[in-house]
Amino acid sequence: MPTNDTTSGTRRSAALLGIALALLIVAAVVTTLAARSRWWLPPLASAQGRSIDQLFIATFGIISVAFVLVHGLLALFVWLYRDRGQRASYWHENRALELTYTIIPAIVMTGLTLSAAGLWSRIHSAPPPQALVVEVRGEQFGWKARYPGPDGKFGRIDARHYNARENPWALDPADPAAQDDLVLDISTTGELHLVVDRPVEVRIRSKDVLHSFFVPAFRVKQDAVPGMVTSIWFTPTKTGPYEIACAELCGLLHYIMRGKVVVQTQEEYDAWLAQTRS
Amino acid sequence: MAQRVLEQMKSLEATRTAGGNGPRAPAGNGGGSGWSREEAAPAATVRVGLWFLLTAVTMLFIAFTVAYAARRTAPDWAPIALPPILWVNTGLLGASSATLEWARWRGRRGGAAGVRRGLTVTTLFGAAFLVGQVTAWRELAAAGVFMATSPHSAFFHLLTAVHGLHLLGGLGALGYALRRTAATAPAGPVLGGEDPTSAVLGSVAIYWHFLTALWLYVFFIIWS
Amino acid sequence: MAHVAPAEAHAGHELSFWRKYIFSQDHKVIGIQYAFTSMFMAVLGGLLAMFIRLQLGWPGRSWPILGNLFPGGMPDGQVSQAFYLAAVTMHGTIMIFFVLTTLLTGGFGNFLIPLMIGARDMAFPFLNMLSYWLYPPAIIVLLASFFVSGGAAGGGWTAYPPLSAVPQAAPGSGLGQTLWLISLALLIVAFLFGSLNYITTVLQLRARGLSMLRLPLTIWGLFVTAILSLLAFPVLLAAAIMLLFDRLGGTSFFVPAGLLVGSVPVDHAGGNPLLWQHLFWFLGHPEVYVLILPPMGMISDILANNARKPIFGYRFMVGSIVAIAFLSFLVWGHHMYTSGMHPLLGTAFMTTTLVIAVPSAIKTFNWLATLWRARIRFTSAMLFALGFLSLFVTGGLTGIVLAQPPVDIYFQDTFFVVAHFHFVMASAAIFASFAGTYYWFPKMFGRMMNERLGKWHFWLTFVGIYATFFPMHYAGFMGMMRRIYSPQIYAHLQGLQPLNVFVSIAAFVLFAAQFIFLYNFFRSLFRGPQAERNPWRATTLEWEAPSPPPHLNWGETLPTVQRWAYDYSPPDMAEDFQPQAAPAAVPTGRSREGRGDGGHAR
Repeated sequence: MPTNDTTSGTRRSAALLGIALALLIVAAVVTTLAARSRWWLPPLASAQGRSIDQLFIATFGIISVAFVLVHGLLALFVWLYRDRGQRASYWHENRALELTYTIIPAIVMTGLTLSAAGLWSRIHSAPPPQALVVEVRGEQFGWKARYPGPDGKFGRIDARHYNARENPWALDPADPAAQDDLVLDISTTGELHLVVDRPVEVRIRSKDVLHSFFVPAFRVKQDAVPGMVTSIWFTPTKTGPYEIACAELCGLLHYIMRGKVVVQTQEEYDAWLAQTRS
Repeated sequence: MAQRVLEQMKSLEATRTAGGNGPRAPAGNGGGSGWSREEAAPAATVRVGLWFLLTAVTMLFIAFTVAYAARRTAPDWAPIALPPILWVNTGLLGASSATLEWARWRGRRGGAAGVRRGLTVTTLFGAAFLVGQVTAWRELAAAGVFMATSPHSAFFHLLTAVHGLHLLGGLGALGYALRRTAATAPAGPVLGGEDPTSAVLGSVAIYWHFLTALWLYVFFIIWS
Repeated sequence: MAHVAPAEAHAGHELSFWRKYIFSQDHKVIGIQYAFTSMFMAVLGGLLAMFIRLQLGWPGRSWPILGNLFPGGMPDGQVSQAFYLAAVTMHGTIMIFFVLTTLLTGGFGNFLIPLMIGARDMAFPFLNMLSYWLYPPAIIVLLASFFVSGGAAGGGWTAYPPLSAVPQAAPGSGLGQTLWLISLALLIVAFLFGSLNYITTVLQLRARGLSMLRLPLTIWGLFVTAILSLLAFPVLLAAAIMLLFDRLGGTSFFVPAGLLVGSVPVDHAGGNPLLWQHLFWFLGHPEVYVLILPPMGMISDILANNARKPIFGYRFMVGSIVAIAFLSFLVWGHHMYTSGMHPLLGTAFMTTTLVIAVPSAIKTFNWLATLWRARIRFTSAMLFALGFLSLFVTGGLTGIVLAQPPVDIYFQDTFFVVAHFHFVMASAAIFASFAGTYYWFPKMFGRMMNERLGKWHFWLTFVGIYATFFPMHYAGFMGMMRRIYSPQIYAHLQGLQPLNVFVSIAAFVLFAAQFIFLYNFFRSLFRGPQAERNPWRATTLEWEAPSPPPHLNWGETLPTVQRWAYDYSPPDMAEDFQPQAAPAAVPTGRSREGRGDGGHAR
């Protein structure tokens, strides 16, 4: 009973598959080129983001080469070695060959590991001393920020003092350091203000469940974990408005947890700070 | 159309021998030039399966241990006072392992009656252990300590409950061994090859002793 | 030895309908039960994906007809936020646990293992039957959660606390989440019983002459996967039990102090959300290898058979399966780079994750080398196997991007991740399942599937899968987050909509194409042409048994194995294959060229 194709059927399948795979390569290249101008990472606006983008592009280049190589070979082989009545070769071992394509990927992976490790430890190094320090808190469903105020200290938080309108940060009124904390709602009425070319350490909290502080333009993302204070530092390099998005499912309105960041010059920032405090 | 499906499935045919529960040898066939390891030594197959089962249970308790260890390092750790009946329970479980081994020894020397006696006592000790565990919970409850009272109490209840559930399964296994012993009742030691009853006993013993050892471990980490 | 014919052994053992077809202990019946149930769940899981794509393609648009059909989930004809999150959660849960794991290990594992190793059944048939019969109850509990107050769980298939631990944090975090946890616990026990059986059977019941290094790679894949499952699933079970206690018993394993949900303080103290993530991913990562190792094994066998060539580098293939399994326990933290865990852990996990890419690369090149100088016939099974290669490579390569923490900072929780895992899991593992179905259908049911329909199915699915999931990489480039009901409000996501519309349409076509397969499958079941014993001229043991195999698989004598599983186109034979169980050939005097270690009969 026919379990094999006819000769023309085999030829047709081989041709279709070979062409499809070749077209796949072409489509991948074309769409990537098209994506460069419309579906790509937002323009970079932070210092460390440059190294991140470079690492990404390098990795992307490597995997593109591998993608084209494997699909090219696959397309070639399905066409060349379609059933034409030939006897297949019994050859099935070649240690040298196998070691080659063990060692080359291993070398590539080692290279990536080393570059990425170096960058990762730089990203998580201690923030420089002149960094601006702010706190951001995720909650269902928005972002709030607080600045330490002239005393440079953040006041103590105690959940028992929470009041949605009067004391959204649940600051302990008994703590003098809490008196001058500047609190903002950066999802609705306010924005998180940062200074261009000045490092900023963002300490991240959560009021209720897991959230994630994601600013695509800065290449920054860090989960907000209830019960912990996580932190991330970076240096914004371009003035302008940017968006915060929540990148960890946090409930029904996770999708509207948008926040606003504004990067300004030092003068603009000082002016804003003075005005907001008054 | 449905008839044909049924016919096809008929040729797949479902259950094998009527007594297809638990460890058993294949239904006498496979003679001729083919053999499989299972026909030669069914007890060995059960052993292999059993060790993997114990591996899975071990992984479960490793996960609980990791959680426990992580929690213990927190500054708000406040251990609760554990009821002394736990020592009694430990003794009961240890005794049950001893009586189980005694039952096996009796079985090797012949005499199903001794085996049945030993198994029954083991079962009673095991049941007494479980009763003792529940009593421990009730004593804690009387002192106002429940599962949610503190992290220590949470882990105590969690670990004792999961261990207890597995022990309940062990009681089932003991019951099965008892039934098997009552059914076959060899008059004396069987020459050549492994007596199927002692094979069953051996497997049940491995599981039971594992649970005793597991309890000693749980008790140790809960106490310290 | 006793020469009792199987038929005689069963005289007077006529079993009732219930014990023959429902509560069967025959591995073949159990395997088919798993497969059918998984297919049903696949349709459900796919349907849920259609809701997701409906919402993402046309957010805000109302569909009155659908609103009438699904008033609970689509009030006013729009997918509600709660239903969207339930769909996202349940789609993932169903596809991963209730379709792929059950189909690959329960379906293919059960059916193939005894047959491919020359045994009459599994080591513990009763346990096997129990294993299957935990699956439907787990399904009932899971699906019931759609109909309880608050609806189904909506915290993602990852169920991160506190969202999943605090009932008031989301509607689905009420009874729905509890039912989700119970359902999963039942299914995990089923998987553990199954794994016990598969491991013991492979170790103990191999036919004479079948050493471990003569096993077909399908069995290696299933065997190693069973060990993986056995070691990893208990950890998720432990976590699920603890989460249940947090939800129902007032404990605080995962919930810290000081939480305010809404304005209400939550009465918990001292738990750690990261603990759940560690425990979950300790299972979660090996789980995805549970989903790819059997496919890798099956694809190796199907490729070799349809290329009429031995698999290239059998020993390295076995070694890489073992290496992948071992390493899979050491990489879980790559799901947690931005979680707040210590950065040094990130470095450690990156290293292990990039290392695990190496054995996958070896396998890929070995598959390619298998095709070199082959004699390829393009059956439906082979087309899907070749498609697997493409999809696995695409998905695996994007994993290299995500493996590096600095780059993952940007892509974590975006659609780039969704694209990555849909290529390796949904696409590659599903393609292997299709390949396996087309390939082993004759053995399972004694009939052939329709090849023409199979080819249509392949082409529509291959193109449809690339069309659906490849653009998601670009959505990820833009920063589109996961589990997002509507990306509209974000400035950085403007311009995304045409992409989403394209993906949604492609997804609808892809889903529709699967009905070609279902039609082919069921029609062939009743009306397909009769199958020979060995229609694919394959070497492995299952093809020695009739199609379909009778009760107890083999006749009076079990097969004896003389050689490895890949004697395709052996040099000194006229035939282009030599089955594993064929008697040892009389030497012809010609030298056997190109023989590696695995070739000689021992």
